[in-house]
Amino acid sequence: MKRTRISDLVQSVPPSGIRRFFDLANQLPDAISLGVGEPDFVTPWHIREACIHALETGYTSYTTNQGLPELRGEISNAFHRDYSVDYDLNDEILVTTGVSEGIDLVVRSILNRGDEVIIAEPCYVSYKPTVVFAGGSPVTVAAKLEDDFRVTADHILEKITDKTRAIMINYPNNPTGATMTRKDLEEIADVAINHDLLIISDEIYDKLTYDGKHTCFASLNGMKENTIVFNGFSKSHAMTGLRVGYALGNSEIISAMTKIHQYTMLCAPITSQMAAIDALRNGDVEMGKMMREYDRRRHLIINGLNNIGLNCFWGKGAFYVFPSIASTGLTSKEFAERLLLEKGVAVVPGDVFGDSGAGFLRCSYATSRDDIKEALQRMEEFLAQIKHTVQYNVV
Amino acid sequence: MDLALNVLEIIENDPKIGISEIASLTGSLDEEIQDCINKLEMSGIIRKYKTVIDWDKVSGGFIYAIIEIKISLERETGYRVIADRISKFQEVRSVRLISGDHDVSLTVRGKSMKEVAFFVAEKIATLPQVRSTATHFVLKTYKEDGVLLREPEHAHRLSIVP
Repeated sequence: MKRTRISDLVQSVPPSGIRRFFDLANQLPDAISLGVGEPDFVTPWHIREACIHALETGYTSYTTNQGLPELRGEISNAFHRDYSVDYDLNDEILVTTGVSEGIDLVVRSILNRGDEVIIAEPCYVSYKPTVVFAGGSPVTVAAKLEDDFRVTADHILEKITDKTRAIMINYPNNPTGATMTRKDLEEIADVAINHDLLIISDEIYDKLTYDGKHTCFASLNGMKENTIVFNGFSKSHAMTGLRVGYALGNSEIISAMTKIHQYTMLCAPITSQMAAIDALRNGDVEMGKMMREYDRRRHLIINGLNNIGLNCFWGKGAFYVFPSIASTGLTSKEFAERLLLEKGVAVVPGDVFGDSGAGFLRCSYATSRDDIKEALQRMEEFLAQIKHTVQYNVV
Repeated sequence: MDLALNVLEIIENDPKIGISEIASLTGSLDEEIQDCINKLEMSGIIRKYKTVIDWDKVSGGFIYAIIEIKISLERETGYRVIADRISKFQEVRSVRLISGDHDVSLTVRGKSMKEVAFFVAEKIATLPQVRSTATHFVLKTYKEDGVLLREPEHAHRLSIVP
């Protein structure tokens, strides 16, 4: 028998649970999708215009590995303005091709084989595989509905061993929409300092915080040195396909990350970097408009789900809600698959984002209000259908 | 976000939306929304609920022209008097005091170029305060009051994305 050419490490990571679902949804192109983790807004025109201008004026070359100095300068200004955290554009900022690259760089920079990273679950699908690919070992902590999907310091403490190197969190959260208060984060910061752990904080949804104010982890007392903050333009400025994000942190780790970045990615695409500069300089008005529209849809979908009998937690951020389907007696996968095939509505089963997501669905409200209303209507019909079947079976 | 601003942003884009739907979008009660809209209407912040129509697509539709006017002011009266007088013509769709070479800009609507031209020549140019007019006929409207007059663009997205 021919032996496989694929490494044991790569083989050890199962394919993303979302993949199968993606293939299924693709066969039904007319389905209404609440399954999309990106804005339905097209990138604001002034940003696209900046891309065009960059191409027209010949900006098609490499940039410095860390990214264009003007972009790093704007990022530094933005964090000073929004969170009162000061990053030196010379050695504390790295521009990446989206947050995903940045997360990969940081775990590769800090982990030795067998080191552990504590990851709050449910979480974005790439976190655990990224740690595994870096030779590390992901250790998950469940963020539970009864805690409003916030990860607690106590639960983290239970998982710390002498191999733990970092805690990875993402608030506002994909897939639950949960946010953390300053006090919640301070408790985790204490744990990190007492156990000398790095905080890896993916704050890509920071600008989509509807109730209350987002706290940047690095703005907490003493945490700038112990936190790598990740952010980007995909969600706030509807720039997912342009692939540009950034990492902020102490110069030792940023420089290690830059070392890997320079040998692998070299630099983020220059067109996207030019677009990002324009997004930071001129993007606040359009961003505010998108954010207010998301907030309206959030009310629409959460009220709607609760009204049709799916208990839905009031997420305060991102553009996801995470209703429970425990009352239906179906698993997340069964529910999502039947809803797609029988009613043409695509949602993502919650357990794709980790075991603690079992019994939930991720519904994205980054889609038009009309589609949300239609999807809610069909979900109500679907629930009535299941109820009927269950009663029938009992008789 | 301030409720009144939120309501204004919603109905500016969709005046047909119902009270209950606005309430559900803003997390408010129906009565709160009704009360808010009543206040906005009574205070004159909401002037009118309008529809944007692409008249180019309607046979026998309308011709539009932008008319720029130079005004000679009289000692006792300001722009207000002449602007009010011009505003009363039903052919005139908008009247604005502007900076630059001219003083006042109008949008005029009529059934034909001839009708619009005669209206300007007979009713506007003959007013004693009007020193001169410049008429620009609109050949094609691409965007009207924030609305693109063509099919909107959509984000080209995959149906499931993590």
